[in-house]
Amino acid sequence: MRIAAPLWGMVQRFYFPLLILAAAALMMIGHVNGGAVEQARTRVTDAVSPVLNVMSRPAASVADGLEYFRQLVDLHDENARLREENSRLRQWEQAALRLDAENRSLRSLLSFKPDPAARVVTGRVVGDPGGAFVRTVVVTIGERDGVARGQAVMSGQGLVGRIVQVGDWSSRVLLITDLNARIPVVLESSRQRAMLAGDNSDHPLLTYLPPNSEVTPGERVFTSGHGGLFPPGLPVGIVEIGAGGKPRVVPMADLSRLEHVQVVDFGTVGGVAAEATQPGAMK
Amino acid sequence: MAGGLFNQLDQTARNLVPFTVTVLAMLVGMVPLPLPGYAMVTVPFMLMCLFYWVIHRPDLLRPLVVFAIGLLQDLIGGTPIGSTSMVLIMAYWLLITQRRFFLGRSFVMLWIGFALVATGAAAVQWSVFALMTASLLDARPVLVQALMGVALFPLMAWLLQRLHRAYLS
Repeated sequence: MRIAAPLWGMVQRFYFPLLILAAAALMMIGHVNGGAVEQARTRVTDAVSPVLNVMSRPAASVADGLEYFRQLVDLHDENARLREENSRLRQWEQAALRLDAENRSLRSLLSFKPDPAARVVTGRVVGDPGGAFVRTVVVTIGERDGVARGQAVMSGQGLVGRIVQVGDWSSRVLLITDLNARIPVVLESSRQRAMLAGDNSDHPLLTYLPPNSEVTPGERVFTSGHGGLFPPGLPVGIVEIGAGGKPRVVPMADLSRLEHVQVVDFGTVGGVAAEATQPGAMK
Repeated sequence: MAGGLFNQLDQTARNLVPFTVTVLAMLVGMVPLPLPGYAMVTVPFMLMCLFYWVIHRPDLLRPLVVFAIGLLQDLIGGTPIGSTSMVLIMAYWLLITQRRFFLGRSFVMLWIGFALVATGAAAVQWSVFALMTASLLDARPVLVQALMGVALFPLMAWLLQRLHRAYLS
């Protein structure tokens, strides 16, 4: 007992510094050797996602219930708004049909090769586990459902993010607001190209705009398709001028209340982008 | 003999309560709630569990186990691997050395203690991420997170106390 006590004291004394060192070492390993860590992440997320799926259901039901009552309250206003919107959309439908017919006839004249039709898989968002500094969500679809890295993720209204990790039945989406998200975009009316850079705030920044370019608030922003990662023309958000005069984008999708998302497969990603999303794809 | 085996199983199950509760707290923290800005400031349930169990039953929540739980959180959360472990182990270290001070104190002292730990954890978390990304990040999310933790601490402490009394006394 008398020998054991000081020994225990020694272990006690160095136990915590050693553990902290181990954590720091892990961080460096994770930084240098991303592949192995990525593998581990995929396995663990796959294993935990069914649990998260079950756990997220009550929260979702409660939210649905609250939403139901909120909707009951302004049912009348909502109805009036929808009627008005419907009549507006009918006009647009006519315009779209006319343009579609015209487009088809012109395409037949040019023997234009249309883009392959997109395939969509819908999944449930079961976790937003990143905490304060990482903007990711976990969804319940994976490789079995045809999800692959680099595919675009949309909600009903607009672009949400990109698939960064795929397991058998779960995958991780890097949201467009994350610090590491970079998306080539184009402004709708000025056709100005820019890079949408997440900074962990709700409204990502528009960067790499030419110094004297004009950015009008309210202008819509679409993916430009540069780099080949995303197809062009996916709606992303609306320009606003943030604090300090920096142009930012308000995402069209409400990223704080994602319930279901669609993973969109636009066919094979080619060229340099394939190499970027799946190293070794071009070999 | 069967009774002995049953007793052993029962005791093991009881001893697993702190671990199970902490893992559950981690998972609950990951459930998405459709509140604006919630994903940014998830309540640090896990830290509350750590705080409670390290002060009351550190023998049932060993540092290595805490390290592993932190690792699990990093793997699922997409955060730099080892960062949560580091935060938790630092909190553990601080708590185990100050444990005698907290034991038997009034609830208000515990609350103040948790506020300090939560702030410290937020500071460590922020520094780790700032170092990893080599930029000064917005520190408000972690501060709000710590504040939410402090605000919800009494509720969680009450729940944990109920569990503690029911299964481990």
